[in-house]
Amino acid sequence: MNFFRIMCVCAVLGFSISSSHAELTIEITQGVESALPVAVVPFASQGVPVDIRNIVNADLERSGYFKMLSEQAMISRPSTPAEVEFKNWQDLGQNYLVIGRVNPNGDGQYSVEFQLFDVYKGGQLIGYQMNSSAADLRKTAHTISDLIFQKLTGKKGVFSGRIAYITSNSLGNKKWTYQLQVADADGMTPQTIATSNEPLMSPAWSPDGKQMAYVSFEHKAAAIYVQTLATGARMRVAEFSGINGAPAWSPDGTRLALTLSKDGNPDIYVLNLASHALTKITNSLAIDTEPTWSPDGSNIVFTSGRGGKPQLYIAPSQGGNEQRLTFTGDYNARASFSPDGKYLAMVHGNGNNYRIGLMDMASRTINVLTSGPTDESPSFAPNGTMILYASRKGGTGFLSAVSIDGKMQQKLVFNSGEVREPAWSPSP
Amino acid sequence: MKVNKTLLALLITACLLSACSDDKKPISATDGSQNATNGIKDASTSGLNASSGLNPQGLPNVNASIGADGEFNDPNSPQPKIIYFMLDSSDVQPDFVPVITAHAQYLVANPSLSLLIEGNTDERGSREYNIALGEQRARSVANLLLAQGVTSTQLRIVSYGEEKPAASGNDESTWEQNRRAELVYQGKK
Repeated sequence: MNFFRIMCVCAVLGFSISSSHAELTIEITQGVESALPVAVVPFASQGVPVDIRNIVNADLERSGYFKMLSEQAMISRPSTPAEVEFKNWQDLGQNYLVIGRVNPNGDGQYSVEFQLFDVYKGGQLIGYQMNSSAADLRKTAHTISDLIFQKLTGKKGVFSGRIAYITSNSLGNKKWTYQLQVADADGMTPQTIATSNEPLMSPAWSPDGKQMAYVSFEHKAAAIYVQTLATGARMRVAEFSGINGAPAWSPDGTRLALTLSKDGNPDIYVLNLASHALTKITNSLAIDTEPTWSPDGSNIVFTSGRGGKPQLYIAPSQGGNEQRLTFTGDYNARASFSPDGKYLAMVHGNGNNYRIGLMDMASRTINVLTSGPTDESPSFAPNGTMILYASRKGGTGFLSAVSIDGKMQQKLVFNSGEVREPAWSPSP
Repeated sequence: MKVNKTLLALLITACLLSACSDDKKPISATDGSQNATNGIKDASTSGLNASSGLNPQGLPNVNASIGADGEFNDPNSPQPKIIYFMLDSSDVQPDFVPVITAHAQYLVANPSLSLLIEGNTDERGSREYNIALGEQRARSVANLLLAQGVTSTQLRIVSYGEEKPAASGNDESTWEQNRRAELVYQGKK
């Protein structure tokens, strides 16, 4: 058996769907105290291959904003507005109620309807009817979650998004196999988009969500690839001597900031993907790496060792006046802007304790969100409410999420291998 | 816990050597090239593709064996082949200068040999910064070799940062073993 998949074959084949059953479970380790009680009644459906209620229920619970009612506690199961007795749900202490129906349209399509009610006011808040193919039923369920979330919190939902991450599996004898995977935001249907016996690192979504940049050592030296997700086709965009690392897309999707050490030490460059023009942004003798663009494209924040240990600096994105940003903690690195540009997440280290810090860009103060000791790779959800990051415990890597006020924590437990470097897809 | 670094280096090197010896079972990890389906088999006699150094089908002349990733495991090359570093540092510690000198002399005496220096770090801190720190360590070793007469075309450096740890765990002993540069002799240039 060809145990070792080769990169070019996987790239040519595009997606390979590795599993249709859950490979990820999510533990909420700290919920929001003011979580709203919500009941999602099982949708009326017959022979529908996907349980929409369970997906919506899990999405809303995972957000940390809601306390979901178990099916067993439901004394009635309405699926049409006429069947709803608000008193039943008031008695159960529910603030909001969701009911729904799924019916085949014929020719493999389904009609999905749902309504969201305010239980105490006794009225409908929103109601939608959607058509969906069988293959898109999970996606439809996530769309329903997004609609409910937005109505109840005022914020855009992130349940329809995707996450990318790196997994590694030890083959013994100091060898590993590495995979770059993309899964739904709930961890379902992971697909391997690249696999290698040499390290893969730093997955970065293009702003339109259609491409992934990443670092691969498949040629026994680092190179940066840009892969089109729909086809698996990819281009090698940087293969200079030395380091080729930390690709970061400009907000307009036309350029990659990246780290190259071809001139003798690692510096930040900007590569124009169409013209291949390369502009050198930093020029210190120290390590300069891990660039990230401000959402308006005007600045780049990067990690530099010029002051001794790594700290964050900010410079105009065309290069120029570099200013130090971080002055607390003995180690600050791997910055990531929030989608609105108001916050900067980072790896914030003190002694042996590495945690996720959040800098308010107006006041420049840093709030520490996580407990460490080896937290890294923060990635914002596109609605700005949560940060996905990587941790390690007992030698195994796993992903966690934390709300930006630090109050809600979740642990995402993968059933296979060691997981790191999460990247949340941009808004669809 | 203080680690006798030289002894540790010798032990680790011995382990690495035995992993690559001729009587080991075939099939080791591939370089991800099109030849990935063929591992090394004892007694295979297909030719050695010296120029790429990456042909996994090559098999041994009497004195050395070729690893699947182009490693040229020359039993005559000096030991140890691992240099360890202090936290956040890429300075070569005094203990390791004689180690590097031995390799410099060997490379100068065998100008057709080439060396890959792999820089590594422990797991703490961010991954891409660690790639850069690993490269600094590899460069430090390379600079010391060049200063002792090795030709630059004999040397190549790569950094794996924290991506290829020698030891797993979350303690000081593990971190010490991972902050290293490894010297990997390549097939003839």
